[in-house]
Amino acid sequence: MAELQNRFGKIRTVEEAMEYINDGITIMIAGFCGVGSSFRLIREIEKKGVKDLTLISIDAGDPGVGPEDIIKNEQCKKLIASHIGATPRTGELLNEGKLEVEFSPQGTLAERIRAGGVGIPGFLTDVGMGTVIEEGKPRVTLDGKEYILETALRADVAIILAEKADEFGNLVYNKTARGINPHMARAADITIVDAREIVPLGSIDPEHVVTPGAYVDVIVQGGGDWTWEWQLKK
Amino acid sequence: MGMAVKEMMAKRAAEEIENGNVVNLGFGIPQKVVNYIPEGMLVFLHAENGILGAGPMPAEGQEDKELIDSGGVPITMSQGASLFDSADSFALVRSGQLDITVLGALEVAENGDLANWMVPGGLIPGMGGAMDLARHAKEVIAVTMHTDKKGNPKLKKRCDLPLTALSCVSLIITDIGVVKVEDGGFVLTELFEGHTVEEAIEKTGADLKIADNVRIINYDAE
Repeated sequence: MAELQNRFGKIRTVEEAMEYINDGITIMIAGFCGVGSSFRLIREIEKKGVKDLTLISIDAGDPGVGPEDIIKNEQCKKLIASHIGATPRTGELLNEGKLEVEFSPQGTLAERIRAGGVGIPGFLTDVGMGTVIEEGKPRVTLDGKEYILETALRADVAIILAEKADEFGNLVYNKTARGINPHMARAADITIVDAREIVPLGSIDPEHVVTPGAYVDVIVQGGGDWTWEWQLKK
Repeated sequence: MGMAVKEMMAKRAAEEIENGNVVNLGFGIPQKVVNYIPEGMLVFLHAENGILGAGPMPAEGQEDKELIDSGGVPITMSQGASLFDSADSFALVRSGQLDITVLGALEVAENGDLANWMVPGGLIPGMGGAMDLARHAKEVIAVTMHTDKKGNPKLKKRCDLPLTALSCVSLIITDIGVVKVEDGGFVLTELFEGHTVEEAIEKTGADLKIADNVRIINYDAE
């Protein structure tokens, strides 16, 4: 078995990864209901105390789980998400005027992130037509049908949880912890991966790589420290 | 003691599902529908986060920490399940592969407009995947009480609450019976035992046509 090396300098410490997290940046935090979120890096962002973040996340996590920690800590000025119903504090901050929230239907949000990662500036969809989601968005007629124009999303930094990374950053995910992660991994200038396991180059079957390492900038060793909503509820 | 009304509604919704269907079940009563899919029927349950073929909840202690449905609940995988990312999950919906979605409703209009994601004035939860599902499932079934807690009709001429999608609902299953959305109007086709046509008309906030042969559903007698 080949030995793990660091020939691309991507394997870094958590402290080094945190150098990319600064006031005012736009950050994507992967995961859904906290599954697929890096609790460890979220906790580090909370600890660093950066402010005025624009956070892009499918949901706000669950109370005490996932991105909710940095929202509750009032480190975000804006959240782009599809659902915040599981985290009442997020809704309160919105009502108190302390947090701007841009809602996007979940599939549209996923596609906006996908578009950001594949070099497409926007796309047409009929989801949300005739609803509040359409407000302020141009209508486009194509082949006699009307659509709304949705724009791509990109971020300065994406925080990704992966099951496995190799030295180059080729990533493999686990079951429903895949979620939006492969798309956020492509849609940021700096992609930081919290990998449960870091393995030598060549030890992941190329057929199994979901995110090619070209998209990945920083890999940190996972902390093995997880919490899940359904465990907290017990 | 007969079958609880919400169970009857779930059971009736399950009658719409056919072998091989790809189905997404929303929160609340729709989640109960899975319990009434007949044994031996193979149905592929879709969850927005990225699975087709979601299986029942695992036994306590057998949960996989990275295998959940769209409600954050631990699930298992059925035989023939597939895993994919969340953009692909909605690609499946948007491209028309989802046969049926069963959703809760706050209001349904006689033209099939659905409002089910927010009530102004409170905390705004966000729509999650409801707009995508309602717009693009081949069949949208709304499962809802016929009136709200104050007795106001939830089946109306027009929705007053913020909309989820336009003209999408084709079938409504309530605690009174079954209402089809046909040619821009409500048609009562079935009644649960103990309810009457007059009651259905009175509790509906729009014109309600009555089908020629109204089926009386009595699951307790079956």
